[in-house]
Amino acid sequence: MSAHTSTMAVEGADRWLVREELHAQPGTMLGFWLYLMSDCLIFACLFAMYGVVGGNYAAGPSPKDLFELPLVAVNTAMLLFSSITYGFAMIEMQRRRVNATIGWLAVTGLFGLVFLGIELYEFHHLIHEGAGPQRSAFLSAFFTLVGTHGLHVSFGIVWLVTLIVQLKRWGLTDSTRRRLACLSMFWHFLDLIWIGVFTYVYLMGVLR
Amino acid sequence: MSAADLQKASATDDFIHGHDGPHGHDDAHDDGIPHASFKDYLIGFALSVLLTAVPFWLVMNDVLPSKLATTAIIVVFAVAQMLVHIVYFLHLDTRSQGGWNMLAAIFTVVLVVITIAGSLWVMFHMNENMTPMSPQEMRISPG
Repeated sequence: MSAHTSTMAVEGADRWLVREELHAQPGTMLGFWLYLMSDCLIFACLFAMYGVVGGNYAAGPSPKDLFELPLVAVNTAMLLFSSITYGFAMIEMQRRRVNATIGWLAVTGLFGLVFLGIELYEFHHLIHEGAGPQRSAFLSAFFTLVGTHGLHVSFGIVWLVTLIVQLKRWGLTDSTRRRLACLSMFWHFLDLIWIGVFTYVYLMGVLR
Repeated sequence: MSAADLQKASATDDFIHGHDGPHGHDDAHDDGIPHASFKDYLIGFALSVLLTAVPFWLVMNDVLPSKLATTAIIVVFAVAQMLVHIVYFLHLDTRSQGGWNMLAAIFTVVLVVITIAGSLWVMFHMNENMTPMSPQEMRISPG
C-alpha cells in the first residue's frame, strides 16, 4: 500500500517537473510592463495630491468657472481615436506590411499632436485668464497632474517618430517589432490614465 | 491518464511555453508580443466610446437631479472603461509572461488604492485646522 502511494507521488511530481528555463522568453515586454506599473504609481501620487488640495481655490476660480467640457470631450475623442489607430498599426505589423504600419502610426501621431495642441491651448487660455499654476493649490495640482500626462504624450510622439524612421530604414525586424509592442503598451496606458483625468478632474470638478 | 489529467498537463505546458491561448498564434517564434486581433480592438473601441460618451452626456446636460448619483455612475463607468482598455488594448491576461504581468498589475492596483484612498482619508480634516481667512486676505496671501 505504502509502496503504491509513493509510486503515485513520484508519477505526479514528474508531471509538474519544470524541465526548461522559465525565463527563456525575452524579458523586454515584462520589464516594460513593470516600468508602466511604476509610472502608474507616479500618477497615483499626483491623483492623490489633486484629491487632497483640489478644493482649495484660495478665493480664486473653481473648476466650474474654468473647465470647458466640449473641449475636453474633443480631446478625449482624439486620444481614443489614436488608441484604435495604434491598434490598427499593430495588426498591420502582424501582417508584416511595413507601409501600412507606418501609415497608421502617422495617423496615431497626428491624433496625438491634435490632443497636445488642444491641451496647450487650454493651458495658455487658463494662464492668460490669471488661472496659472501659482494661483491656488487647486491649480498647482491641476497643472502638475494634467501637465505630467501631457509630457508623457509628448515623449510618446517623439518615440513614435523615431520608430517610423527606424521602420523606414530597417523594416519589421525583431527589434523594431519589439519596440512597436512596447510603445503600444505605453500609448494605451496613457489613454487609460486619461480616463482617470477626465472623470476625476474634469467631470467631477464641474459637478462639485 | 484520465482526460482531466491530460488537460492539466497541457495547461502546464502552456504555462511553461507561454502560448497565447484561445487567440491562436501565427508566428513561428514566440517573442512575448501579445497577439492582437481586429475584433478585439473594435470591441474595445465600441465599449470605450459608449463608456466615455455617457458620462460626458450625464454631466454636460445635467440629466440626473442628484449630483451624488451622477458621480457614482461616472466613477463606475471610468473603472469599467479602464478594465476594457486593460483587456482589449493592453492584452493583459493571466498567461502572458507566465502570469508575472498580472501579478505586477494586481500589486500595483493595491498600491494605487492605498495611495489615493489613504491620502484622502488622512487629509480629510486638513482644512478644519487652518486659521480662518477672508477672501480678501486670501488674495494677498503668498500661499
